[in-house]
Amino acid sequence: MSMHVLSLLVEDKPGLLTRVAGLFARRGFNIESLAVGTSEIEGLSRITVVVNVEGAPLEQVTKQLNKLINVIKVVELEPDSVQRDHMLIKVKTDATTRSAVLEAVTLFRARVIDVVSDALIIEVTGDTSKCAAFIKILEPFGIKEMVQSGVLAMGRGSKSISEKVLK
Amino acid sequence: MTNEVLTGAQAIIRSLELLGVDTVFGLPGGAILPTYDPLMDSTKIRHILVRHEQGAGHAAEGYASSSGKLGVCIATSGPGATNLVTAIADAHMDSVPLLAITGQVSSKSIGTDAFQEADIVGITLPITKHSFLVTRPEDIPIAIASAVLIATTGRPGPVLVDVTKDAQVKTAEFIWPAKIDLPGYKPVAKPHGKQIQAAAALIKESKKPVLYVGGGIIRADASKELLALAEIIGAPVTTTLMARGAFPDSHPQHLGMPGMHGTVPAVTALQKADLLITLGARFDDRVTGDAASFAPNAKVIHVDIDPAEIGKIRFADVPIVGDAKEVIAELNEELASSLKGKKPDYSEWWTYLNGLLTRYPLGFTEPEDGKLSPQYVIKRIGELSGPEAVFAAGVGQHQMWSAQFIKYERPNSWLNSGGLGTMGYAVPAAMGAKVAQPERLVWAIDGDGCFQMTNQELATCTINNIPIKVAIINNSSLGMVRQWQTLFYNQRYSNTDLNTGTDTAMIPDFVKLADAYGCLGIRVEKEEDIDAAIKLAIETNDRPVVIDFIVGRDAMVWPMVAAGLSNDEVQYARDAAPVWDGEE
Repeated sequence: MSMHVLSLLVEDKPGLLTRVAGLFARRGFNIESLAVGTSEIEGLSRITVVVNVEGAPLEQVTKQLNKLINVIKVVELEPDSVQRDHMLIKVKTDATTRSAVLEAVTLFRARVIDVVSDALIIEVTGDTSKCAAFIKILEPFGIKEMVQSGVLAMGRGSKSISEKVLK
Repeated sequence: MTNEVLTGAQAIIRSLELLGVDTVFGLPGGAILPTYDPLMDSTKIRHILVRHEQGAGHAAEGYASSSGKLGVCIATSGPGATNLVTAIADAHMDSVPLLAITGQVSSKSIGTDAFQEADIVGITLPITKHSFLVTRPEDIPIAIASAVLIATTGRPGPVLVDVTKDAQVKTAEFIWPAKIDLPGYKPVAKPHGKQIQAAAALIKESKKPVLYVGGGIIRADASKELLALAEIIGAPVTTTLMARGAFPDSHPQHLGMPGMHGTVPAVTALQKADLLITLGARFDDRVTGDAASFAPNAKVIHVDIDPAEIGKIRFADVPIVGDAKEVIAELNEELASSLKGKKPDYSEWWTYLNGLLTRYPLGFTEPEDGKLSPQYVIKRIGELSGPEAVFAAGVGQHQMWSAQFIKYERPNSWLNSGGLGTMGYAVPAAMGAKVAQPERLVWAIDGDGCFQMTNQELATCTINNIPIKVAIINNSSLGMVRQWQTLFYNQRYSNTDLNTGTDTAMIPDFVKLADAYGCLGIRVEKEEDIDAAIKLAIETNDRPVVIDFIVGRDAMVWPMVAAGLSNDEVQYARDAAPVWDGEE
């Protein structure tokens, strides 16, 4: 088993996400991460899916995704593609720990978004391993709440996946 | 020029008319009522009122499968729509072009658990090729036109259009789409030239090729091209359950049906082959048995219009995505020009296969209980009806015997539920076929179990003058399940006795039931009465006919490869495996 990042260009139609997610469920694939949002073209959305599968079943699921009428293109991104997670973390702080937490924030090039006397909300962006390392540093202080986007990914270079697909 | 303003309901009917739909099967209810009103005025569309929506779905399938055209069914929201689910799933498995139109509760009520509300788009997501939920009247023409395009092109399949009641009632300008643009839907029909050459090269190198022909050949209308290919190279042909009729049974190169209940020559040819020329087939488990040991020495050419079928079960040495008709035509051209009328030398292969054909013909033994032999009954129906007839089967023993003992000479003459295995398919499918092809003799060959699932459509047949013939192969039990209980569960017959035989409670009495539905009912218990009954049925066309053939319940379907076993384990009768040659 290995991690694969699929990038989908899809028509923004009702039920689209159910069709995509349902296909993974039916074929027995676990979705590690899923991110959905608008693309640069009006009416089209971009889905980034991270799955943990063997090569042959991945080919099958890619073909099945391509069969969905509202899916316009499916691309497996190279491992060296740009991949970023976005996280919000609420950490317990008090006068004695705050400076240590802020030091970690600086070190990881994260940002403090909200401050109250006994907690901070921190925003961090990075690849999956950076985010995991940051969480490890913060854990001893007490993580009260955490929320994470799915992986967002894009191929390097000047090409785009929407090229040549419309018209 | 201003466009005509129509209600959504009128737009549905107008769209269907513009698409050339002449027949729909359906049953009205609250949420589809607005559409049934303009339907009444249509002079182009014949609506056939069924007695259960499942019947509408299978009738539309039978209509489509016998004619190659689109089948259309209509139902209301909620239970009407869910009753279509089995037929939609069936059409999905067997790639039947089907349009299902359902009413939906008003757009304002969606999601409120309104009366007769069911999320039918959600329910059918995994069993449709695509689906549309339409909530505005102006979206109706494009939705229906797109649905029909999707259902009938590429790999055919079922498409659902769910229309809310308010979208049917409100009005909008009727604008017919000049062109349908679906950016995510571009089926590839034309094959890649290099792949054609690669396939031809493999065929010429091969010493032991087999044409493994699936239902895709029938859907692609490629029988003529297939016959030419088979004769150009002189290779043996096997036709799967879905492909019966794609290649004439009378042709000397035909080895019969492969798979769990395939002929010994067909099963064995695939096992021993060095090349599978796979045409519109999908390596279904009922054909391959244990897939890992299926055709272990064969290279594979796999032709399919659906890229997802290629490499799904079996690696393809030469994958060819394309329409079977075009692919085979191009392959024939390539082979004809390079072979120059000389066939590849498969003589050793044929010597071996001819030995199998001589030693292991299809056969059956007479039942010991003195009742009719089901195989003989079915064989006689085929012989007396001829190859121009249409035969629709239910699912189980009678289906396998119908696939084995009726000789098919033309595509679309054999209709059955292959992938889903839907009991109850036969009667409504035969009804649909008879509507599509009224000049043809249409048989439903059914079991006593299957028949009890959908026989209410006999009312539809009688009322609408659709004179189908039903042959009930009545063994008073769920025969195929009973066969497995005999073979694998120590003859413990748990819940397979149906009590429909003449020496049982006989509930129901099928002849009385036929009578109640206004059909001619005939019971046959003696072998000498079989032909007369079949002939009477063929001659009776003022009403449907039901023949209750009382057959032996211990008859079993042979040959058989038990589920999950390798096809090398084929048995042609109980505890009787073919004897292989010493060198095997």
